[in-house]
Amino acid sequence: MMKETTTDILVIGGGAAGLSAAAEASSSGAKVTVVESDLHLGGQLVKQTHKFFGSKDEYAGTRGYKIADILLDEIKQNEKNVDVMTNTTITGYYIEDGMFTAMRGEESYIRIKPKKTIVATGAQERLIPFPNNDIPGVYGAGAVQTLMNVYGVTPGHRVLMIGAGNIGLIVSYQLMQAGVEVAAVVEAMPKVGGYWVHAAKIRRMGVPILLRHSIKEALGDRVIDGAVIMELDDKFAPTGAERKIDCDVICLAVGLTPTTEILSQAGCDMRYVPQLCGFVALRDRTMRTSNPDFWSAGDATGIEEASAAMVEGRIAGLCAARSLGLPVKSDRFDEYWSRLDHLRAGEVGEKIRAGVAKVMRDRWED
Amino acid sequence: MNENEMLFSSGVLTGERKGAVSPPESLWNDKKGGLVVVECPQRIPCNPCNTSCPVGAIKTFADINDTPEIDYSKCTGCAICAAVCPGLACFVIDLSFSPDKALYKLPYEMLPVPSKGDSVDCLGRTGEVLAKGTVEAVTEPKRDRTHVVHVSAPKELARDIRAIRVVK
Ligand SMILES: Cc1cc2nc3c(=O)[nH]c(=O)nc-3n(C[C@H](O)[C@H](O)[C@H](O)COP(=O)(O)OP(=O)(O)OC[C@H]3O[C@@H](n4cnc5c(N)ncnc54)[C@H](O)[C@@H]3O)c2cc1C
Ligand code: SF4
Ligand code: SF4
Repeated sequence: MMKETTTDILVIGGGAAGLSAAAEASSSGAKVTVVESDLHLGGQLVKQTHKFFGSKDEYAGTRGYKIADILLDEIKQNEKNVDVMTNTTITGYYIEDGMFTAMRGEESYIRIKPKKTIVATGAQERLIPFPNNDIPGVYGAGAVQTLMNVYGVTPGHRVLMIGAGNIGLIVSYQLMQAGVEVAAVVEAMPKVGGYWVHAAKIRRMGVPILLRHSIKEALGDRVIDGAVIMELDDKFAPTGAERKIDCDVICLAVGLTPTTEILSQAGCDMRYVPQLCGFVALRDRTMRTSNPDFWSAGDATGIEEASAAMVEGRIAGLCAARSLGLPVKSDRFDEYWSRLDHLRAGEVGEKIRAGVAKVMRDRWED
Repeated sequence: MNENEMLFSSGVLTGERKGAVSPPESLWNDKKGGLVVVECPQRIPCNPCNTSCPVGAIKTFADINDTPEIDYSKCTGCAICAAVCPGLACFVIDLSFSPDKALYKLPYEMLPVPSKGDSVDCLGRTGEVLAKGTVEAVTEPKRDRTHVVHVSAPKELARDIRAIRVVK
């Protein structure tokens, strides 16, 4: 028979948001189960070798993978309340009986029936179509990071980066740190999308950032040996100016989209919000969705930052624990919201604020 | 968009802006240990330069998104901010180093890490080689693998040299 377990709070995803949710909920005395597909906890954090932004409360100036260690240490303090299952993927939710199915490793299947659930499944990479994008040598930025920063393998010798958002800029820098040459970064917009300081870092190492440019096609027979890039006008139409770039890797960093299948299966009201980069669940200030037993946090609720993901995770963890009748320190709720408001206050937070305004509900009609 | 704005939009500082100003010459010229030069012209949610400065020379941000403002009278040139800033946007430049050379204290996160006495390429904001410099010291203030390389190089490039490359 398939093994069946129960828990107070199931946290799906062991990244910045999920670990923060687990730390917060377990410190209030809830029994928490964290399920993570990967072989280890940490999510995106473990791949980030650069120092993070944000404020001291969110460990600014600390490298991403160290932040994962800090969160894991915090969880250890309430070890008896936290059960961690790595190498385990939630494969479905059956709303009729409130049951999750999960695959553990390659062979074993389990069923989990939690009282409450926090979905912190992060995001998936987007891809763009262009001729020959199926030739080996075309990678997503996440794959390049996993290869380099988790397994210590460089993807090639000379990379063309598509996209000058923070991910494209940071991965370019990390490639250079690993001794890989970055031929250029191309970006369709007239301005880098990521932080200016991240762009300045790679510019002063000699990497051109070609604004209003995109990839036209990849070149190569069995493997990539170059790419044709093209200039775009202010309506994003090709101007006709083209150029060949020698490279053996084309790395796509053209954005992420929230991973929300489980929320859809749970019947949560979803909405497509461009500013949050895809379909996301409507929520109240406790990060609860329209399904009263489901909370969500982190990139799954809209593509933002680890700093915000950690605070959202804490809010979700706190409120899920509170819903179980556990004594929680309520003043923390306001503190977390003031942190989130600070993080979102700036120029770059504008988009997030607009997106969140579209999905925030005052209260759910029970 | 004019050429300068386009260049700036791709991550190259073109002239001073709020959050990216040089210290006043009057204080800078003879200041032993040098003064901080911050190039952080965009409002982003970040403040470790302020929270790490041991003497409060980077003024406290009213809002975490503010761009840094500096009280040069307090700065000791210790370069702790250079080691901590996640944007590698803090540099210290000591114009009092010698009659014709300045000492550039630059954050460095590449390999190989140079040693005292090495000759390195000094780079401008688009990676162009501006001069050869001599490594005078290498520190790792936070023991976190961000090194601060102290390089002596021509003084007249104080407004231009912002990185080094180790040439083997
Ligand atoms: C290159 C790069 C640089 C970045 N730099 C910064 C930075 O400087 N500062 C900053 O604040 N943020 C930064 N971020 C963003 C930050 O990493 C993310 O916003 C943050 O990690 C999101 O956390 P999360 O917990 O929501 O998602 P993730 O970290 O993606 O975690 C989600 C986890 O859920 C797991 N999962 C998904 N589906 C299932 C399932 N069905 N069953 C079980 N497990 C599942 C995944 O395996 C994953 O481990 C960067 C991101 C990238 C890619
Ligand atoms: S160099 Fe030292 S004293 Fe000056 S601003 Fe930076 S940390 Fe503060
Ligand atoms: S720490 Fe660096 S990137 Fe952050 S605000 Fe200060 S100067 Fe800017």
